[in-house]
Amino acid sequence: MSDDVAIRVRGLRKTYGDSLAVAGLDLDVHRGEVFALLGPNGAGKTTTVEILEGYRQRDAGEVRVLDVDPAHPTRDWRGRVGIVFQGTGEFDELSVAEVVHHFAGFYADADDPDKVIERVGLTAKARARTHTLSGGQKRRLDVALGIVGRPELLFLDEPTTGFDPEARREFWELIRDLAAAGTTIVLTTHYLDEAEALADRVGVISGGRLIEVAAPNRLGNRQEALATVSWRTPDGTLDSAQSATPTALVADLAARFGGEVPGLTVTRPTLEDIYLTMIGHR
Amino acid sequence: MTTTTKPAPPVSAAAPARRSGPTGLALRQGRLEIRQFLRSRESVVFTLGFPLIMVLIFASIFDEEIAPGVSYTQYFITGMIATGLMTVSFQNLGIWIPIERDRGVLKRYRGTPMPKWVWFAGKVIMVLVTGVVMTALLLAVSVTLFDLELPTTTTAWLTFGWVSALGVTACTLCGIAISSLARTARSGSAVVTPVALVLQFISGVFFVFTNLPSWMQQVAALFPLKWMCQGLRAVFLPESFGADEPGGSFELTRVAVVLGVWCVIGLVLCLTTFRWTTRRDG
Repeated sequence: MSDDVAIRVRGLRKTYGDSLAVAGLDLDVHRGEVFALLGPNGAGKTTTVEILEGYRQRDAGEVRVLDVDPAHPTRDWRGRVGIVFQGTGEFDELSVAEVVHHFAGFYADADDPDKVIERVGLTAKARARTHTLSGGQKRRLDVALGIVGRPELLFLDEPTTGFDPEARREFWELIRDLAAAGTTIVLTTHYLDEAEALADRVGVISGGRLIEVAAPNRLGNRQEALATVSWRTPDGTLDSAQSATPTALVADLAARFGGEVPGLTVTRPTLEDIYLTMIGHR
Repeated sequence: MTTTTKPAPPVSAAAPARRSGPTGLALRQGRLEIRQFLRSRESVVFTLGFPLIMVLIFASIFDEEIAPGVSYTQYFITGMIATGLMTVSFQNLGIWIPIERDRGVLKRYRGTPMPKWVWFAGKVIMVLVTGVVMTALLLAVSVTLFDLELPTTTTAWLTFGWVSALGVTACTLCGIAISSLARTARSGSAVVTPVALVLQFISGVFFVFTNLPSWMQQVAALFPLKWMCQGLRAVFLPESFGADEPGGSFELTRVAVVLGVWCVIGLVLCLTTFRWTTRRDG
């Protein structure tokens, strides 16, 4: 296993009773990369991530995370991996500062807890009991606990669910900072714009397999996809055409209309369109 | 395959290793548990308040002698200390661990480099401290208000020590074990409270044990509480009272054996059934 591979998965399988949750999944995540895992609920995303985090045992396959088999997590390995879970863990009776300081104590090389609190934007809430935090603030606390040990690899499971748009942008900045400092990040999300904004590469899981991996702007040959040109005809109905050369088509239309083309739009498929086609919803 | 190369994580120059040694970690965890306990009003009232209120009520109602020179208070305090020890350990853990598990607190601890035993040590420290405080409060109130006579011999105090320690150990292990029976946060109390209440009634806490129907005595003899009460009676009641016990004496050897067996049963159950995550987490 070369030094620049953070995660290597080959032929991963996991069944629950009769149902096959992960059916021979292969995955490589490079060090320093932000990798987004997309997939509908029940596609095997969370199962895969929890196997990588050392919470679930696999039935078959080869898995290395930071050169360790997560089925046998060591203490040192736990110290190098940060995890932000899907649900928020509450410590009702403790304050934000108390929880972050306590968790910092578990790591050999922890970050300064107060700086971490500042980084996730909770300084004003440092002395507040965790149960008084809003949903978004609790999520920030989750992130603080995920990064306080200065992880080399950070798992983020649907981190911005319940965030308002502004909090989401702030969170993205934080992730970009961490990535810029060299942290490898594995992100699962339902938000396609989030994957597009953050990820170097996107992997789509469907039916327990990784069906495609690519940079967000290349997923499903998006860059080669036909553009859709639509316009309003003189009798008022909408017409449209798919074209590999939309500029030529627009010029042609302009000539036909003798100037302005009424209701003209030129669109290419969004990441969401591509994704929905891939998982068979379109 | 394209590899995104980014700078390696910066080597920390500033923060030296601050992680405490194993003992330090356990003490920190214990302190955190005690802090959480003290801030949770319902557990303080329920755990520490309940035995105190029961002593105040029962000792005020019943002021007669149950045997020559033995006041009801002298008898009742032994049952209440045993009950209190069971409350701080068995009930407290059996109710709170499912809540913490449901909130994802346990899962989060498992994601850190904290050694597993540290978490258990934290719980044990909390149980020991609250147990000692509760016993001291009960004794202080009973001596001040109800003329309780404290043991006068070293042997009696030693017996007090080992019976309490062994009883708390058995109840702690059983409390951790029974916490895995609760499927949700709310059901912990429903699982534990009836068990505790029934044991209190059949083990001679409120009523003189030998006045209970013999089948009830035999059922009670299968569980630890009866033996904790009996061991404590050896501490607080005259030797002559022991002649009236079912076995014709306080049977301290048998007390030790039964409590020891429950420690083993509890430990085996803990090791085989303890869950860090809820069932729906897999």
